[in-house]
Amino acid sequence: MTILVIAEHDNSSLKGATLNAVTAATQMGDELHLLVAGSNCGAAAEAAAQVAGVSKVLVADAAAYEHQLAENVSKLIVELADNYSHIVAPATTNGKNYMPRVAALLDVAQLSDITAVESADTFQRPIYAGNAIATVQSLDSVKVITVRGTAFDAAAAEGGSATVEALDSEQDAGNSRFVSEEMAKSDRPELTAADVVISGGRGMGNGENFAMLETLADKLGAAVGASRAAVDAGFVPNDMQVGQTGKIVAPNLYIAVGISGAIQHLAGMKDSKIIVAINKDEEAPIFSVADYGLVADLFEAVPELEQKI
Amino acid sequence: MKVLVTVKRVIDYNVKVRVKSDNTDVDLANVKMALNPFCEIAVEEAVRLKEKGNATEIVVVSIGPKVCQEQIRTSLALGADRGVLIETDAAPESLSVAKLLAKVVEEEKPDLIIMGKQAIDTDNNQTGQMLAALLDMPQGTFASEVKVEDNSVSVTREVDGGLQTVALNLPAIVTTDLRLNEPRYASLPNIMKAKRKPLAVKTPADLGVEVKEHTKVLKVVPPAERQAGIKVASVDELVDKLKNEAKVV
Repeated sequence: MTILVIAEHDNSSLKGATLNAVTAATQMGDELHLLVAGSNCGAAAEAAAQVAGVSKVLVADAAAYEHQLAENVSKLIVELADNYSHIVAPATTNGKNYMPRVAALLDVAQLSDITAVESADTFQRPIYAGNAIATVQSLDSVKVITVRGTAFDAAAAEGGSATVEALDSEQDAGNSRFVSEEMAKSDRPELTAADVVISGGRGMGNGENFAMLETLADKLGAAVGASRAAVDAGFVPNDMQVGQTGKIVAPNLYIAVGISGAIQHLAGMKDSKIIVAINKDEEAPIFSVADYGLVADLFEAVPELEQKI
Repeated sequence: MKVLVTVKRVIDYNVKVRVKSDNTDVDLANVKMALNPFCEIAVEEAVRLKEKGNATEIVVVSIGPKVCQEQIRTSLALGADRGVLIETDAAPESLSVAKLLAKVVEEEKPDLIIMGKQAIDTDNNQTGQMLAALLDMPQGTFASEVKVEDNSVSVTREVDGGLQTVALNLPAIVTTDLRLNEPRYASLPNIMKAKRKPLAVKTPADLGVEVKEHTKVLKVVPPAERQAGIKVASVDELVDKLKNEAKVV
């Protein structure tokens, strides 16, 4: 069985989520191909060829794929689908965008956000905001799957020596157009890839107070996240949200500040290795999942922590 | 411009979900059900487009058992004009839902279709994209802003690390993210008015769609419980634990 993994990349480099998807894919079959669809994406393709466990890298380098528009990328993947038993992508916003289109065009189901591979056709995935785990068997000949990155270790980014094959297909559906992009500029690591994550909740009071978390984050090389309550209150943008409807993270250290610990939020961070909770309400549910809980006023505790750590 | 909105009846988001003791599914007996939150945002966006003069008619569609009429009525009370229920006691998978909706779209010919990005029960995040593929329409998923222009719609999307704006030719499909809007509450007069708005009922057979199973759920179990740790008394103790016990800093 040969498996096609769709690479997450920004044309110049391969994104970490690809490596987790590769690990999941190696549990489904023996031969792995990686598709890099982009524009001027030679550097990303080179990086893809280094990934351990990948035997071939397919490169579709065309203007239509520059921004990973789902209308175009899905058509490309469908063109290649005949050769594969499984088509796998990371459950990033890109993967979530184009993969269901691929599944529909192939007339098969998609298994979203899998967290474990039981066999070549049976997988585990969280449902109901992570309050239940379903074991699901695919009855289709081709399995279309997105992978929750935090549930699988990253494959080694180096050590592989895949052959690289250029595809000359350019699928342009012509009905959608990239207009602009506004990426949060930050020297901090990306939330889903960070070793340490510090998140603030409604207890932060306002957006300005997040500066306090940022100072601590810079000291620890951490990413800064937020609960849905903080996002809903307008303190910070949605892309900082950790939770079932936001980002799923599993860092070595997760520090929850002023977060009560709604189920929605816990679903996004409960697989972290060590969880620290700082909250003045000692009854807050967050303490029931925290390895270390500190009942304190966050406005005193966070600056003190930043001084002493 | 005609707007079609889809809504799903799901467990209320405030309800604590429990897995059945025979591990076949979650227990939905006597549980409060509601409009899926992302679908509610979709209805609200359509109503705002109508208030702005972009939309002339809002059709709301749901698929499921007869009781889903409640969620359609809720949507009508929020400002949709008429409803369509595709009645079935089966729980169709995303692909079948997309195929059913595709038939409704062929009949209704909307210019814009607004859907929730995912339902909070199965958490699939698939149907909008699948429908778009079946209809060969462009899609603007995870929308935080929607602007209708002459023959196109500009959609700002919540993507990893920031925002992306795309322009889509109409007809197009938009799926909603949390920050798109804050849904209103239905007023009592509007709830009363909604009872008189038209609601058509069809079946999958009427639409000529065979609801097929592509997956089988073998087991549903509760997630592994995480054990609570300890409370520390001070920041000093916390720092000490993190450095010397957990060794994570």
